[in-house]
Amino acid sequence: MIKQAGDWLRGTQVWKSIFRHGPPTTARNRTMVMLSNVFLHLHPVRARASGIRLSFTWCMGGLTFFLFLVEAVTGILLMFYYRPVAASAYMDIMALREDVPLGIMREIHRWGAHAMVITVWLHMFRVFMTGSYKPPREFNWGIGVVLLVLTLLLSFTGYLLPWDQLAVWAITVGTNMARAHPVVGYEGPGANLLQVNGIALVHSGDDIRYALLGGRFVGEATLLRFYVLHCIAVPVMAMVLMAVHFWRVRKDGGISGPL
Amino acid sequence: MADPTVKDRPVQWPSPWPYDFPVEGTAASAPDKVARVAGVEPAPPVQMTRRSAFGAAFLGWGAFLTAVGVGKLGLVRFLFPNVSFEEPQEFPTAPPESFSRDTVDETWKKNGVWIANVEGSIIAISTVCTHLGCTPNWLPSESKFKCPCHGSGYYMNGVNFEGPTPRPLERFRVYIGDDGKLWVDKNMKCQVEQGTCGDRKFGIPA
Repeated sequence: MIKQAGDWLRGTQVWKSIFRHGPPTTARNRTMVMLSNVFLHLHPVRARASGIRLSFTWCMGGLTFFLFLVEAVTGILLMFYYRPVAASAYMDIMALREDVPLGIMREIHRWGAHAMVITVWLHMFRVFMTGSYKPPREFNWGIGVVLLVLTLLLSFTGYLLPWDQLAVWAITVGTNMARAHPVVGYEGPGANLLQVNGIALVHSGDDIRYALLGGRFVGEATLLRFYVLHCIAVPVMAMVLMAVHFWRVRKDGGISGPL
Repeated sequence: MADPTVKDRPVQWPSPWPYDFPVEGTAASAPDKVARVAGVEPAPPVQMTRRSAFGAAFLGWGAFLTAVGVGKLGLVRFLFPNVSFEEPQEFPTAPPESFSRDTVDETWKKNGVWIANVEGSIIAISTVCTHLGCTPNWLPSESKFKCPCHGSGYYMNGVNFEGPTPRPLERFRVYIGDDGKLWVDKNMKCQVEQGTCGDRKFGIPA
């Protein structure tokens, strides 16, 4: 009965228009499953049994990707309630806890973010300890380092959004580093070289920190900027690089195996 | 055409419309047909050597990449707003006569400064504790600034004398504006322990 229904379903035009291969009962069809699906084709078609042993990979890369998906889904749900405006940001955060069903949603997002930073580091640690950064995987290691930085930037930009004292002062301290950036930060080395008739061209009102904050102090403009960076700019960059990262795993010979 | 070498084979430029590059000595291009129907001599096609085609491509790509580069500059400029809605860092207080000798005026504490008339000059003291950035309180009865966070204490002139703070409170630039009032400029500050507060910019004679 169930088999008949399954056969009928696989015979319909709708099914056949989506899945262009037979049931995955042969080696060829199993390969076709992976190759003819845009989501699965990033994954290696075949993986060494030793390479995917949990004690070898810890599944840390996979867990990181899973947590990224958790962050994306919960983050989009939070966006339905959160307004990145100084007058309402903190109250919206409180409302997400007190007035919205499943008040744990923001906590999932927050703990997921903490967990993602941990799994990224552990993934990096595992890749380093197993020597999986060596040729031919050295380019993918480089992409991974950029993804690590993007993960930390996601945490940093999300830090400001609750708009409480901790957030404002943490971002104030953190972005003060940008002041000391060479040449383009007004307290950085070389900034005083850029002056005309004793008037500094790089000052607190036009240096790199000013562009980052939208002002000289963490304020309304900063909140909006960090919101856009947190929700659009950094995730899109991370998604593009993740696609390259996963695809390169496959192209560089799959998950590395024990030597 | 007698077997031109690859190097100086002529390239027709611009290409005739529609894009039917004539095979040597065969099909006529559309402008030729138009010319024939109209009964006039077809215009000679513009000939272009490979070298000049390369130059044109170089020019075209150069213009395109320059435009992209200029666009990128515009993108960077977009991040710098023309108008800032932050609190002004330079603001008037009151005429200097209104600050009586050996007092601290707390009226502009919300702007981040105390105006103190001390040691014969009027100074603007920063309200940021030099220990960890809390805001101290002015205690008139004890004539000192006392930080509630970790107990740092400062004399009326902002110099530290107790608690964990390592250095005196900072001072801001002050001057008499055209309106006769004492103006505070928070863009410039000095540090007593570095000796940068001796300048007239950081204290006007009371």
